Amino acid sequence: MKPILLWSDALIFLLVIALVVFFYKLRNDPQTRERWGEVFSSRLGMVAFTVIMTYIGVALLDSLHFRAALDNPADMESSEVFYDNKVTSVLDVMLRGMGDRFERTYSAPFALKSFEKQDMKDEQGNVIRDYPYLEHAGKQLQDHSKKWTHVLELSAVALLWGLLAALGIVGLQWLFLRNSALPWHASWWTQAVVICFGVWLVSISHHYHVLGTDQGGTDVAFQSIKGIRTGVLLGTLATLIMLPIAVTLGVTAGYFKGWVDDVVQYLYITLSSIPGILLIAASVLLFQVYIDLNPDFFSIGMEKADARFIALCFILGVTSWSTLCRLIRAETLKISQLGYVQAAHAFGVSHTRILARHILPNLVHIIMITFVLDFSALVLAEAVLSYIGVGIDPQMGSWGNMINGARSELSREPVVWWTLTGAFFFMFVLVLAANLFSDLVRDAFDPRTAQRRSEA
Amino acid sequence: MFAYIIRRLLYAIPILIGVNLLTFTLFFVVNSPDDMAVSQLGAKYVTPEAIDNWKRKNGYDKPLFFNELATGSETLTDTIFFNKSLRLFAFDFGRSESGRDITTDVSTRMWPSLAVALPTFIVGIWVNICVALMVVMFHGTKLDRWAVFVFVCLMSISYLFYIIGGQYLVAKSWQLVPISGFNPDHQPWKFLILPVLVGVVAGIGSGARWYRTLFLEEANQDYVRTARAKGASEIGILFHHILPNALIPILTGVVVLIPSLFMGSLLIESFFGIPGLGSYMLDAIKSQDFAIVRSMVFIGSILYILGLILTDISYTWADPRVRLN
Repeated sequence: MKPILLWSDALIFLLVIALVVFFYKLRNDPQTRERWGEVFSSRLGMVAFTVIMTYIGVALLDSLHFRAALDNPADMESSEVFYDNKVTSVLDVMLRGMGDRFERTYSAPFALKSFEKQDMKDEQGNVIRDYPYLEHAGKQLQDHSKKWTHVLELSAVALLWGLLAALGIVGLQWLFLRNSALPWHASWWTQAVVICFGVWLVSISHHYHVLGTDQGGTDVAFQSIKGIRTGVLLGTLATLIMLPIAVTLGVTAGYFKGWVDDVVQYLYITLSSIPGILLIAASVLLFQVYIDLNPDFFSIGMEKADARFIALCFILGVTSWSTLCRLIRAETLKISQLGYVQAAHAFGVSHTRILARHILPNLVHIIMITFVLDFSALVLAEAVLSYIGVGIDPQMGSWGNMINGARSELSREPVVWWTLTGAFFFMFVLVLAANLFSDLVRDAFDPRTAQRRSEA
Repeated sequence: MFAYIIRRLLYAIPILIGVNLLTFTLFFVVNSPDDMAVSQLGAKYVTPEAIDNWKRKNGYDKPLFFNELATGSETLTDTIFFNKSLRLFAFDFGRSESGRDITTDVSTRMWPSLAVALPTFIVGIWVNICVALMVVMFHGTKLDRWAVFVFVCLMSISYLFYIIGGQYLVAKSWQLVPISGFNPDHQPWKFLILPVLVGVVAGIGSGARWYRTLFLEEANQDYVRTARAKGASEIGILFHHILPNALIPILTGVVVLIPSLFMGSLLIESFFGIPGLGSYMLDAIKSQDFAIVRSMVFIGSILYILGLILTDISYTWADPRVRLN
């Protein structure tokens, strides 16, 4: 086994460390504490946060990559170890029953037989055309008419295990958090549901394809789970790349005014006047040309896909800073007129110190609101970009690629609905949780809504 | 007013030059014409002659900025920068890489785009405002909170789902309208209903929620309290006080989009097979026809700047206190 650190893995772990440090530093700031307390004092906030954390957890598990060692052929006398060209993640190992059991082609959820007819030989040796049995579904089943009883039995056992696991995990938290004022029980219920669902999905998937299989015969539930990493990473990394550009330019423009301000304004008006999708598409296509011309840069296919993914994050970040920059500039203009900044000037405090001590801390709420608001927009945008053909590399699973590959399936007869359902469902849950959470964050941090609330 | 518009139009020039320089850098400096030729002709096994041929055919065989071989003013005009970039300012878009005249294509394809985008825009605004007004009437009740939750749910659904779901439900299951296609001469409305419907429904979540916040912001103003104290009815307050005053923020968000309606919608047009500018762009992206992409970037930024100017003008119309100078 040889660990592999893809660029996107490195970035996401850096991001996690940065966020932990950020919140650790802010933990003693009473105002921030109070506001976050407000976000988490609502049950909805707790539920949404738990769901988001589940997605992030899955994404992180899927970011621990390695290349498995291959068994040396028996006749070769060599101490050198060869590694598989396929990059595996910890999540792949955990979902072993789902991901590595391929069928020939489409099959419906919980189906025992394939979706398409095929030439087969019966006992007498005659060629008949019928639906063949699937290779990996319902193997333990002797009597095919008892499929649903079998499913029910499996579900009951799985739910039992799930409940036990949930009881353990929730109980552990209860020991430490039972006296907390926050509505932790909402989070615990969500955790219990998520754990039960997860255990059920994984254990049933050892026997059936819960969401069927797609055209290539891959388990759709597995693909949908693999799409989580792409969605979460794109949503966070693109914003992360955009933030420093927007904040630096916005603050310098608003603070120094004059020609700096003119230049920054010119830059963002120019950039925002270009239709966003065209700019993104053009940049991605140009990067694609670059990859095509330099195939030697990447030793394995996954690295190429990863490079394209990082490039997409960069492009999305570089093309989308104008809105935040405008907000930051306006806010900085306002703040630098306030009394305490003027006073700092009068005392001869240096520019860098004023910016760091007096201006930046007062911009944190805008940055935080933008971060959570943009996240869901980016997850949705990924699907659209993949449909246009400038999104994620097809090698890397993503909801956009699933939808793109399945968009003509609804016109089949009978309808193949499960691929789209899987992708849309997993995407919807993430985006909904993120949207609900971002609403709460905005309500808590936006001075305008806070003011309105105190008046009411 | 007139002088103001002239000045704004002059401001647009440096922005357009910036847009042009940016696209020029992207398309000719970051990736040289040779790179593009290679990827157009297939990434591997391309002979140098084939590359030269392709470049000559598409006019990319000239120097970027300065042509030393030419004489007189041609040293500057017989270059890629002049032919491919500066000519856009005269609305001379040249030919696409498949040899079609871009100007003709754009002027014919603009109308189907408008036929879908304009009804979607108008009906969409009308529906969103109606829904938002209804929700604002029940402000503070459970109904209001549930409505906001439903809006957020609607917002969280992918646009692709609305399109695919709409096509499946309305066109395939119920067979009310054709799934896709467009025929401008024979009952065009039949092809337009579904795209417009999908566009409107997909916009309700974010639209109605946004209008709701605008209305609520106005509803907290002092003049509303005064009106209520005078004994004005709630309906009267809503339509005579809140709605006219909320018109200004609504205008800013909306007017800037009007010129862009010509560009159409990428997704709607490609799914419903409408031969507008949206599907034109998508085809250009898919076939990597950079000449079309360059032209559309230019047109798009002109329309956006036009939208900004229109927004300012509409302010004076909506709010007599605003003077442009």
